[in-house]
Amino acid sequence: MNETSEVLQPINKVCVIGAGVMGAGIAAHAANAGAEVVLLDVVDGAAEKAVQTMLKTQPAPFMHKNFAQRIVTGTMDNLGHVDDCDWVIEAVVERLDVKQELYKAVIPHLAPDAILSSNTSTLPLVDLTAKMPMGARRSFLITHFFNPPRYMRLLEIVTGPDTAPEALERIADFTDRAMGKSLVMCKDTPGFIANRIGTFWLHAAVTEAIRLGMDVERADAVLGRPMGVPKTGVFALLDLVGLDLMPHILSSLETALDADDPFRQLGAAPDVVTTMIEGGYTGRKGLGGFYRLKTDGGRKIKEAIDLKTGKYAPAQRPNPPAAKAARKKGPRATLSHDSPEGRYAWAVMSKTLAYAARLAPEISDDIDSVDRAMRLGYNWKWGPFELIDKLGVDWFSRALRADGQDVPELLHVASGRRYYRVAKGQVQHLDFIGEYIPLKRPDGVLTLADVKRQTRPLARNLSATVWDIGDQVACLEFHSKMNSLNPLVLSMMNWARHELPKRGFKGLVIHNDGRNFSVGANIALLMITAGLRMWPVIRWILRYGQNTFGKLQRAPFPVVGAPSGMALGGGCEVLLHCDGIEAHAETYAGLIEAGVGIVPGWGGCKELLTRWASAKDRPGGPMPPVMKAFEAIATAQVSKSAFEAMDMMILRPDDNVVMNQDRVLAQAKARVLAMAVGYRPPKPVEVHLPGPSGEAALGMAVRDFVNKGIATPHDATIARQLAIVLSGGDTDPLDTLGEAEILKLEREAIIALAKTPQTRARVAHMLKTGKPLRN
Amino acid sequence: MTSPAVPIVIAGFARSPFTPAHKGDLARTRPDEIAAQVVRGLVDRTHVDPAMIEDVIMGCTFPEGEQGFNIARLVGFLADLPLQVGGVTVNRFCGSSMQGVHMAAGAMQMGAGQAYICAGVESMSRIPMTGFNPMPHPGLAARMSGAYMGMGETAENVAEAYEIGRAEQDMFALASHEKAAFAQDSGRFTNEIVPIRTKKGHVFHDGCIRRDTSLEDLAALKPAFAAEGTVTAATASPLTDGAAAVLVTTADFAEREGLEPLAYVRSFAVSGCKPEMMGIGPVKSSEKALSRASITVDQLDVIELNEAFASQALASIRDLHLDKDKINIDGGAIALGHPLGATGARITGKAAEILHRTHGKWALATQCIGGGQGIATVLEGV
Repeated sequence: MNETSEVLQPINKVCVIGAGVMGAGIAAHAANAGAEVVLLDVVDGAAEKAVQTMLKTQPAPFMHKNFAQRIVTGTMDNLGHVDDCDWVIEAVVERLDVKQELYKAVIPHLAPDAILSSNTSTLPLVDLTAKMPMGARRSFLITHFFNPPRYMRLLEIVTGPDTAPEALERIADFTDRAMGKSLVMCKDTPGFIANRIGTFWLHAAVTEAIRLGMDVERADAVLGRPMGVPKTGVFALLDLVGLDLMPHILSSLETALDADDPFRQLGAAPDVVTTMIEGGYTGRKGLGGFYRLKTDGGRKIKEAIDLKTGKYAPAQRPNPPAAKAARKKGPRATLSHDSPEGRYAWAVMSKTLAYAARLAPEISDDIDSVDRAMRLGYNWKWGPFELIDKLGVDWFSRALRADGQDVPELLHVASGRRYYRVAKGQVQHLDFIGEYIPLKRPDGVLTLADVKRQTRPLARNLSATVWDIGDQVACLEFHSKMNSLNPLVLSMMNWARHELPKRGFKGLVIHNDGRNFSVGANIALLMITAGLRMWPVIRWILRYGQNTFGKLQRAPFPVVGAPSGMALGGGCEVLLHCDGIEAHAETYAGLIEAGVGIVPGWGGCKELLTRWASAKDRPGGPMPPVMKAFEAIATAQVSKSAFEAMDMMILRPDDNVVMNQDRVLAQAKARVLAMAVGYRPPKPVEVHLPGPSGEAALGMAVRDFVNKGIATPHDATIARQLAIVLSGGDTDPLDTLGEAEILKLEREAIIALAKTPQTRARVAHMLKTGKPLRN
Repeated sequence: MTSPAVPIVIAGFARSPFTPAHKGDLARTRPDEIAAQVVRGLVDRTHVDPAMIEDVIMGCTFPEGEQGFNIARLVGFLADLPLQVGGVTVNRFCGSSMQGVHMAAGAMQMGAGQAYICAGVESMSRIPMTGFNPMPHPGLAARMSGAYMGMGETAENVAEAYEIGRAEQDMFALASHEKAAFAQDSGRFTNEIVPIRTKKGHVFHDGCIRRDTSLEDLAALKPAFAAEGTVTAATASPLTDGAAAVLVTTADFAEREGLEPLAYVRSFAVSGCKPEMMGIGPVKSSEKALSRASITVDQLDVIELNEAFASQALASIRDLHLDKDKINIDGGAIALGHPLGATGARITGKAAEILHRTHGKWALATQCIGGGQGIATVLEGV
């Protein structure tokens, strides 16, 4: 699956002890990583129950339901399972005595090279290892996963003075390459990095809101998007993680931190929060939290709590000027805004950023560790030091001083400079004594962001850019809105097809750094042209896309798709035309055109059909590929991981799943280089399709769906058009159909559907609400 | 009363456990393998001399994939039957293996042999209903939608036409499970079931019977085929894997060979009806078969009426004026399952076995058939 280092002993078998939410989630993700897993719990049956529960949990802890079979469950009576494990992860209750007892029982079972780690979030390594024999200390470290382990990319690692370098190296290799985590080395201090700063931030946001009389909606409005934080902001995030977690963390930090630590100066949890927890208002898992959903006559109303009275009222959607200011002028405009919201944002963020700057040397190896921890552990868009760079180091120092706050040493160190800079094509950051040093990237990590900092584009327009990523490999990036596809993107593909060979390039990767690969074709264009009944224009766009994708597929060089996130509709069609795919494990791909009332029209029907037709183990005859493609497209199926995309034949059997997002581009580049040797473009495919008999069979299925109430009348209309395309129109099973004929059927089906008011209503609804209309 | 010139008997009955498709214990076993073990089991249990068997007639409704080629012939090989024993595969959808009994009886009237194995098989796990390549005649499909109509929709049609409500169907289904569970507990299936060897060990028991179900559970289910319909997954027979076989011989042969006949085959019939109302197929076919045996419904002691759906079974019961207490006393297909090609052999064998067990005089075995047909067989106690 992933390239693995040859010198290191592999991690093949993992044991997780403690089948709570974290332990079970880590076990599932170790199974996703391909390991054989043992999940043990002190309670009989708890581990098995946890696995069964996870099979129903959304978002799914497993990347493929079959991966659950990689987990063997048991109780502490089954410690014999540990004997041949390469890595044992302890994820039991956060009590030192319990953990120490457990280690005592587990250590005799550890194989000589086995590694033991704790998933503790609060206990120091020095205490955990206090009673351990030296041999065990050599193989011990802290591996702190974030919840949910499959989706949160941060892994904090703490080693002790006795931890053997090989133990760290093996865990680092496995968690990075096979589990896809981004590793942050932390010093052995309370709460490590992300939670130390993150909980300070959350706690400050609550205490300052009460002090300044800020309501939760306005607080989230300024602390969310304007600060590069997900729109959940602070209060909605607390609802998500659970309010009851806070007192727990506060009390543990209370005892662990010095009295002069700014954390302790924030004070205890406010009364309103304590009252809420006591009343069962612990957030989404409880009766509600700072927000709650109230059902009123079938309608769901979002309510927010009044921090003064503790009473709920319908939530407002404020957009205060302090928040708006950030859109044009960045976070500094918000923090310096002369308004209650501006002052609140300053109070929370100034303290938080200053705290990060004060702590960084004590808790981390470098500022990049702190920034990555906050980006990956709390989904901040910019880490604290990146934020300070945005504010300006000197501006921030002055503002702190003006506010009567201490200016941390690390701000003095950076005085007159930035924490990050690009010099000699290299990203550098300041170290703690004020020298610029290059940003370290693990081997095999290549990001487009780095490429962009270091080179100029080969070609560029408003929606797409072609980059030189070295070794005669180019990368096509989309950067239109949500990476949607439009004629500009297509023209950049055509540019690549014609220009790259002339310039000696060996091949092309299609990849971008955005959250999503591509959400599909820009349907606004379809809406306008269909509204004006410009059928020839629609035909032209369809043909242009089909020709472009076709040319890229038959280009004299290999094209490798490297998706992450959503690859939907036209975005999925791009992948289907690639010669190879190196997909990030979190790839959500599917042909979802039916949702906007059409069928795939840029060769998606053709490609999915021919992929199923060439599947090795499929039953014979003309119908099975047609039925498979029909099912996937008519129901707008989307994979919930790259592994599922493989089941759906969007990935071919020789394509690869890459667990670590940061390694996708490098791996795709390597694939291009491997394919480029003696490369021959694929031959056009010819298929035998069932013709009207197949259409009749699919028509029966559609009829059943309508009867069952699963399909709406317009679903049925779309499905019938799709049936015509996939059955090959009026072909005969003995006829051979070429790609051109199927592509023509795709175009005709779209025109027929675009002429219906229902399809136009679907497109309009999607553009307006972002959700499919079921008419 | 007209009697066949050559009296024909059912001289043995065996079947595999019937288990739910996809998740049951037989899902991962090939259908030809299941059928061969049942056929071999029948031969071993009846002690019939396999060299005396004329032919293996195998009912199968989607004879393709692992049920393809000529599965009857291949099952003969797998079951180590002598090479001179023939093999023919028959398809009359759900009526396939009952049709096998009719063909055997007819052939023996012509003096063509003295002993037949009439079997049936279906793995609904491994061969999808409609097969891998459903390719209806487009013109016919457009002109006559019933010709290819899904069975669930026909069951809804019957329920609507006969005004058979949800509660009545639920009660019928519950009764089927209760009777099947009782029969299983009383060991009534022990003699008929041939344990099937699978990769994961032997499978001994039926897997579709739901002992823990209740009217409340059944009432909670959503309609399975029509948004506003009355037919649910529980009032339809489940998709099932299994095989069944009966030994059909002349009465003379049975006596000569020391076999133990269970019942005489006295008459049979098929009939056609509207395909969209296929569930009432048993009505006309049963009337014909009863008339050919010169008996009336009142004379029946045992009735095996296939439960494709509760609605069609109830409609057939109503039209034929059947006595509910005599129907499917060991449970029907709603509880036991309905491996399409195997069911005809099962209910014919079951009717004969009950007749024998209860010393009854007359039995009727009848089924509805997709596409709009019915099939019926009248048996007489020995």
